[in-house]
Amino acid sequence: MGLTEQGAPARSGIATTRLDYALDMIHRHGINWARKHSLWPMPFATACCGIEFMAVAASRYDLARFGAEACRFSPRQSDLMIVAGRVVMKMLPVLQRIYTQMCEPKWVISMGACASTGGVFDTYAVVQGIDQFVPVDVYLPGCPPRPETILEGLMAIQRIVREEGVRSSSERGHGLQMVIEPPPGVEMGPGFGERSLGDRASNPVL
Amino acid sequence: MAVAEAIAALQERFPELGLAPQPLVRYADGRDSGQLWVRVPADRLLEVARFARDDERCRFEQLCDLTCVDYLNYPDAADRFGVVYSLLSLSQRHRLWLKVFVNDPEPVVPSVTRIWKGAEWPEREVFDLFGIRFEGHPDLRRILCPEGIEDHPLRKDYPLRGRGEREAFVPIDRETA
Repeated sequence: MGLTEQGAPARSGIATTRLDYALDMIHRHGINWARKHSLWPMPFATACCGIEFMAVAASRYDLARFGAEACRFSPRQSDLMIVAGRVVMKMLPVLQRIYTQMCEPKWVISMGACASTGGVFDTYAVVQGIDQFVPVDVYLPGCPPRPETILEGLMAIQRIVREEGVRSSSERGHGLQMVIEPPPGVEMGPGFGERSLGDRASNPVL
Repeated sequence: MAVAEAIAALQERFPELGLAPQPLVRYADGRDSGQLWVRVPADRLLEVARFARDDERCRFEQLCDLTCVDYLNYPDAADRFGVVYSLLSLSQRHRLWLKVFVNDPEPVVPSVTRIWKGAEWPEREVFDLFGIRFEGHPDLRRILCPEGIEDHPLRKDYPLRGRGEREAFVPIDRETA
């Protein structure tokens, strides 16, 4: 076997310490392997989506499994911006400034109906989709999205990081604009999809 | 009802104003909410408010709220804007509402900030959202809307989706941040 004493690097590829394991994986998969497993989110939480995001970060759904548990409230330390909730016009300069303050490479998740489209708040003060002003990589549907959908979106970002790497951050213009579907078996809530519309048609009370 | 004494005191002091109390809410079955309001002309508001605060029988120490209603297209409404003052007397345990009606094109109401200091921000809010000017206000600026906006969004003739302000934002980039 390739094991050596004192945990020295193994030539045969069998890791003996955590650091060796990480170095070995980086050697095999490139630096993006490390990058995708240490996405530090900057939660820009303005509404109920932020509460849902807290649930994802807590123990039941456990964002730490993806290495993304280190929510930083300083944009300079984070590389994944999660816009959770509606953004009003007065908040928009703040959002844009925080986005520009984040160091490259950086990615953006637009979480929920309000951040992506304005949602039900079709009024003079609410921005109708943050993608008009900051590049968005992943949209999460739902009002708010279920934690499973949020994890699906995070995994989508991880795929982007693995496949595109830094290029996806620096050369993307308007962002990748992927729309995430919730995993099978996860409800979207009323108003989404065939089933709930059918229920509404067959049930006059709704 | 304790507030009846306060209204009697006001009527006694200002007989020429014809202060007639009316219920704020009248239900379909004829009952009302028991909350009374009186109409005060704008040019006499400061006198009435000061008297309502200082008089023994009124003692409205607290201005709970100061807000405004746009009566545009409201059935049987004679005036455009109604500025509403909710008064509360903690010592006498009664409430009274004052309404001041003003009209376009230059709706002006005297500021009550010298009587109730807490009126400063509510008056700024009414100015911001309805465009009513409060004469004598120490710092009449917008309080909620962003700087660039020209309109007063809670007026009924302002479109719900705005006049393009929400799209007309210039994206900030690294050079301009």
